[in-house]
Amino acid sequence: MPTKDEIADKIKNSLMDALGVDDDEVVPEATLSGDLGAESIDFLDIVFRLEKAFDIKIPRGELFPENLLTDANFVADGKFTDSGMNELRERMPFADLEEFAENPEVSKFGDLFTVQMISNYIESKVDVED
Amino acid sequence: MRWIWIDKITEFESGRRAKAIKNVSLAEDHLHDHFAGNPVMPNSLIVEGLAQTGGVLVGEYGGFAAGVVLAKLPRAEFYFPAVPGDTLHYTAEVEYIKNDGAMVNGTSYIGGRLQAEMEIIFAQIHDHGAATSLLKPESLAYTMKLLGVFDVDRIVDGRFVLADS
Repeated sequence: MPTKDEIADKIKNSLMDALGVDDDEVVPEATLSGDLGAESIDFLDIVFRLEKAFDIKIPRGELFPENLLTDANFVADGKFTDSGMNELRERMPFADLEEFAENPEVSKFGDLFTVQMISNYIESKVDVED
Repeated sequence: MRWIWIDKITEFESGRRAKAIKNVSLAEDHLHDHFAGNPVMPNSLIVEGLAQTGGVLVGEYGGFAAGVVLAKLPRAEFYFPAVPGDTLHYTAEVEYIKNDGAMVNGTSYIGGRLQAEMEIIFAQIHDHGAATSLLKPESLAYTMKLLGVFDVDRIVDGRFVLADS
């Protein structure tokens, strides 16, 4: 059973391999796109490396939800609607949505995807040693 | 000139592995500029050759329903240059094939020595859109025929042989 530190190390290695970033860039608050430069295909790569590192299956769209931004029920005038925020809470319980909910602009959506968010997700998928 | 950077596919196992060879020749124009007086096969074309080897593997596995496009090279290492007279032996092994993308590990050997190794990620484009003409499955099938991919087979004990050997 891995400890939180071991999980953090594996996530760090996965992100370093997938994104070609340095050890000291992969800090919990780093955003995948903004700080670490991840682009669309990188998310596929990250998912694969996490699956391999932790020997888990990550269903498509579970860690990085799809089709949210194109649904008019969820997004209007460049912001998530109440129904959109409920959907986010439902689908991304591992993301820190509190601050985002205060001003849920679509343009800030990418900032939810942080190293910490991946840690939260992985810790919800594997047994963690206290 | 056709943008084909492998000469022949020598082994093929659907969804798992493909091998190909590329002969480097001074008859190739680009070697006279790369570099003048010091012909070296560009590493980018070795990447392309391995991507074509892996691309055929990924495309065939999906029944050529999707366009397969080289999307990302997370890692590539080259240990020594390939020069005229060399035969590069490429192997592409599938790491995963998913609906929207795939990854293969590629190696290049010259005379039994590891010359290069890399990870290659492909995007699988299901809605070809503007790129339709470039991604026609028939074009890929034609190229595969040129490369002899339909001439190789797998024998019962798991080894591969050329159909005519």
